Amino acid sequence: MASTEKYLRKTALPHIWCPGCGNGVVLSAIVRAIDKMGLDQNKTVVVSGIGCSSRASTYLDFNTIHTAHGRALTFATGIKLANPELNVIVITGDGDATAIGGNHFIHAARRNIDLTTVIFNNSIYGMTGGQSSPATPINSLSTTAPYGQFERPFDIPALAIASGATYVARGTAFHTEMLTNLIAKGIENKGFSVIDAITQCPIAYGRRNKLRTASAMLKWQQDNSVRIEDSKKMSPKDLEGKMIIGELYKSEAPEYTALYDDLIKRVQGGSK
Amino acid sequence: MSKARLMQGNEACTEGLIAAGVRFYAGYPITPSTEFAEIFAERMPKLGGKFIQMEDEIASIGAVCGASLAGVKAVTATSGPGFSLKQELIGYAAIAEIPIVIVNVQRLGPSTGQPTSPGQADVMQTRWGSHGDRGVIALSPGSVEESFEIGVKAANFAEKYRMPVVILLDEVIGHMRERVELPEQVEIVDRKGPTGPPETFKAFCPDDDDVPPMASFGSGYRYHVTGLIHGETGMPSSASDVTTKLISRLHTKVDKAKADITMYTELYTEDAEILVVSYGGSSRPAAHAVKEARKMGIKAGLLKLITIWPFPDEVLIKAAKNAKKIIVPEMNYGQLVTEIERYVDRDKIVSVNRIDGELFLPDEILNPIREAAGGAK
Repeated sequence: MASTEKYLRKTALPHIWCPGCGNGVVLSAIVRAIDKMGLDQNKTVVVSGIGCSSRASTYLDFNTIHTAHGRALTFATGIKLANPELNVIVITGDGDATAIGGNHFIHAARRNIDLTTVIFNNSIYGMTGGQSSPATPINSLSTTAPYGQFERPFDIPALAIASGATYVARGTAFHTEMLTNLIAKGIENKGFSVIDAITQCPIAYGRRNKLRTASAMLKWQQDNSVRIEDSKKMSPKDLEGKMIIGELYKSEAPEYTALYDDLIKRVQGGSK
Repeated sequence: MSKARLMQGNEACTEGLIAAGVRFYAGYPITPSTEFAEIFAERMPKLGGKFIQMEDEIASIGAVCGASLAGVKAVTATSGPGFSLKQELIGYAAIAEIPIVIVNVQRLGPSTGQPTSPGQADVMQTRWGSHGDRGVIALSPGSVEESFEIGVKAANFAEKYRMPVVILLDEVIGHMRERVELPEQVEIVDRKGPTGPPETFKAFCPDDDDVPPMASFGSGYRYHVTGLIHGETGMPSSASDVTTKLISRLHTKVDKAKADITMYTELYTEDAEILVVSYGGSSRPAAHAVKEARKMGIKAGLLKLITIWPFPDEVLIKAAKNAKKIIVPEMNYGQLVTEIERYVDRDKIVSVNRIDGELFLPDEILNPIREAAGGAK
């Protein structure tokens, strides 16, 4: 732990998260991934949106920015394009990234701009007390789905892949080592990376959905996850209702800021 | 030596922004401001700057805020509906003290309204459109040459006062072509940087001018930026004293700089008995009407405001000293006139309006001047 402590703003702690919340585990995985990748603390920017997850930027000792709801990727795009030397990590939630920020999410993926986006996916709006998000599972209860959720949720990794992201992974707060490695690989990818990090919210989600404790929710994550390697040997029937975890997608595509630097060279060269 | 050119207001304003050192543009196409995006798309890579067409208006101002934090002077341009969409992040830039310029080439609203027709009905939205309390800087050029000068000034003010600055163009000025001579050199103001080491740097600790020095992301000065109420380190706080201090400072840093920010021109105001107060596109037929009135022996004068916010109240009071009537032509239902009413006897005020997407004819301002002069005799 000693090597990662330097990445935390101790004066900003304790954090605001509820007992049993998984956000701290995901934050810890991010910090360990940054450490593993050996990023320069002075050249790393953490950008977050609004919601429980997005408070994480406050606790990290980098250039950090807690933006407006849904807009983290727009600020991150400006930062990265203005100074491509910076490592830019985006912390967002399922509602922040795919509801109010959905348009920015698909377009950042389309551009393949070098940002690592970690979605703290607790499948609920926690900060406002448990309303449905685009990731709320069908039939589950929320304060805005008191008779059960009947809207279909997004498959966030599939959305990211279809939009053009070049690295897409899913991990959980239960599988902490794997989550750290997936985030590290996302940082390593020169392009738009998405890590869908399934985390638990026992207070605003679990209590209404027969998963009253953090341990019950972590057990649920364990029981319902299938590693991508294992999933290939399983029938569609066996995979029904399961979450596939691990590195889901990787591809090569030109990165946006590199393309822009090429454009500058081309235009400036041509004008001479 | 400067070279004379025939230019549009939008083009001249773009040149002014670039001359002031703007090297980042993010925007979304919208009439009548699209020339900004087109010119920046062409010019930025040549200058080593960046242009990005974002997916929407909100994304555009978000990217501009990000670029500014990374140390690059940044601007976005839009019009009516896009200006409405940007309001939340204008408030963000205000509380997080991010220097950015937002150009609004006003068109007739509400909503889609008349996309290619001029309006001046965003004056109050510029002051109050984003929720919460804050000081505002908004500048409205009245000619193509002024569009260039205001481009430079707006970028300078944003940097100097660490805040969003709005350029309130209108379709008349934005699309009008005039002969201009652009200066080869302009006065450029850069944001003040930290003077001490990173360990002691507080990103929101103001100097005597109530403006905190700013460090670029990636420069070794690590700090936190948030739209929450925050103290001098940038860390969120809900303490009463911290809140009062921050909200006050967002106003006082503008109040303290009012003399620097206030810009206007005057025509025959020294002895004016009939004072016309106008700005932007409306100020042109107003100037014509005042000159015609003088030929008729009427003591008319024009106060043309360039700075709209903070409202130049002292300038108005001085110009209105001898005025028996004050005529306020605006391409709206009567907006800045309500601010003018706060400082002068409202019985003297005549609000003259066009709300049909057309600019005033000079006679439409001259006639109320003549009526006022008759009434005054």
